[in-house]
Amino acid sequence: MNTGIVSYGAYIPRYRIKVEEIARVWGDDADSLSSGLMVHEKSVPDIDEDAATIAVEASRAALIRGGLDAGRIGAVYTGSESHPYAVKPTSTIVAEAVGATPDLTAADFEFACKAGTAAVQACMGLVASGYIDLGLAIGADVSQGAPGDALEYTAAAGGVAFLIGSKDSEMVAVIEDTYSFSTDTPDFWRREGMPYPEHGGRFTGEPGYFKHVTKAAEGLMKKMDTYPKEYDYAVFHQPNGKFPTRVAKMLGFSREQIKPGLVVPRLGNTYSGSCLMGIAATLDQAEPGDRIFATAFGSGAGADAFSFRVTDRIEEVRNRVQTVEEMLEDPIYIDYAIYAKHKDKLKRA
Amino acid sequence: MSVPRFWRKQIQRYNLIGTHCRNCNEHFYPPRNMCPTCRRDGDIESYKFTGNGEIVSFTVIRAAAEGFEHQTPYVLAIVKLDEGARLTTQIVCNDLSQIHMGMRVRPVFRKLGDGGEKGMIYYGTKFVPVKPLKHD
Ligand SMILES: [Zn+2]
Repeated sequence: MNTGIVSYGAYIPRYRIKVEEIARVWGDDADSLSSGLMVHEKSVPDIDEDAATIAVEASRAALIRGGLDAGRIGAVYTGSESHPYAVKPTSTIVAEAVGATPDLTAADFEFACKAGTAAVQACMGLVASGYIDLGLAIGADVSQGAPGDALEYTAAAGGVAFLIGSKDSEMVAVIEDTYSFSTDTPDFWRREGMPYPEHGGRFTGEPGYFKHVTKAAEGLMKKMDTYPKEYDYAVFHQPNGKFPTRVAKMLGFSREQIKPGLVVPRLGNTYSGSCLMGIAATLDQAEPGDRIFATAFGSGAGADAFSFRVTDRIEEVRNRVQTVEEMLEDPIYIDYAIYAKHKDKLKRA
Repeated sequence: MSVPRFWRKQIQRYNLIGTHCRNCNEHFYPPRNMCPTCRRDGDIESYKFTGNGEIVSFTVIRAAAEGFEHQTPYVLAIVKLDEGARLTTQIVCNDLSQIHMGMRVRPVFRKLGDGGEKGMIYYGTKFVPVKPLKHD
């Protein structure tokens, strides 16, 4: 049975901080950081937003865009590395807030930046087997970088929800196939109770991101017997602008193919939302019949590759809610002090 | 607020679920089980509000209640929903000077507060201006 994206919704908080403002505080060279990372600014959550509120807003947008009844949802899986509770699922909060409870299964997923695509794959299995009608797969994060750490320049907030179904007439994009590549690689981690993650430093790009993304992408193209030129667009996990640009070139995809989905320069790294946000931004612009190649990466480490074919229905639904581009326009810029307050880095006495 | 007390009202806070009297067509939020106008003749059903409405009065809170200190200043408003019911709610807004009576608002899902670092996180509905505000 075919599975596909029957709707999608994204959410990006209104606030942004510029890389140059963070660099000003830490005495770093803003120009070389910004051009090196290919990131100019990043999103910041409002004081009362977290991964759960972002997941709810993205999921509500997906339901409105698809014109779908929440009662049809049989599974809610939320991927995040910033779930608000250590113990108590985000997914039940989402399920109740979208009106999908109580006839469903729910669980939270964790796999650094690819927890959202792992949720998509789980929903594909349940939908394809006929166990459920629709699955709601979400990637949402309000990621933290330690003050002064390199990650602070890119760790952003945002989320994307995909509704996965099996009725051909409802799909905005058919999922043609998926393939994953996973190994035990200690490139990035956070221990229980610690506020900020640790990472293996600069060298971890090669054995982490580049190895896993290329293996998963090549593995999927080999499995499907497809080539980069057969795709209209491509999306790769975007921890910064440099990595996806380089990995696209390594795999034989052009700058034009990755352009619509490369949202990181104005958004930062939304972790579990990152690759899904690139897919959403690409769907916002794609034409019926277009093919989209996507590969998410999660430290620890693994990569999930997907091949999508866009259907005629995309044109009917895409403008029912805000597009990713509309959410990126018109930001509210804040300085480091307000940012620190929003991110709870300042504790009030 | 106690955890059980919040939980009992959770669904109506998350989704603006109220009630509607089919006899006189009045809408209630928070939900009422008996219509005050029709009394025994009332015909009450559950009703999910669209959430669209307008600000009918507001006040800027600068000295907040416990648990809300880090959010000050913020706007507390009475919003009249399009179906007629009124509710008191926080308006999420980065520029308080632009809040005005009659301003159109829509609901968003936000954290309302929490029971401290170890406590439960309370989620629910706040409102935002429908049109983005002008800013520099
Ligand atoms: Zn009545």
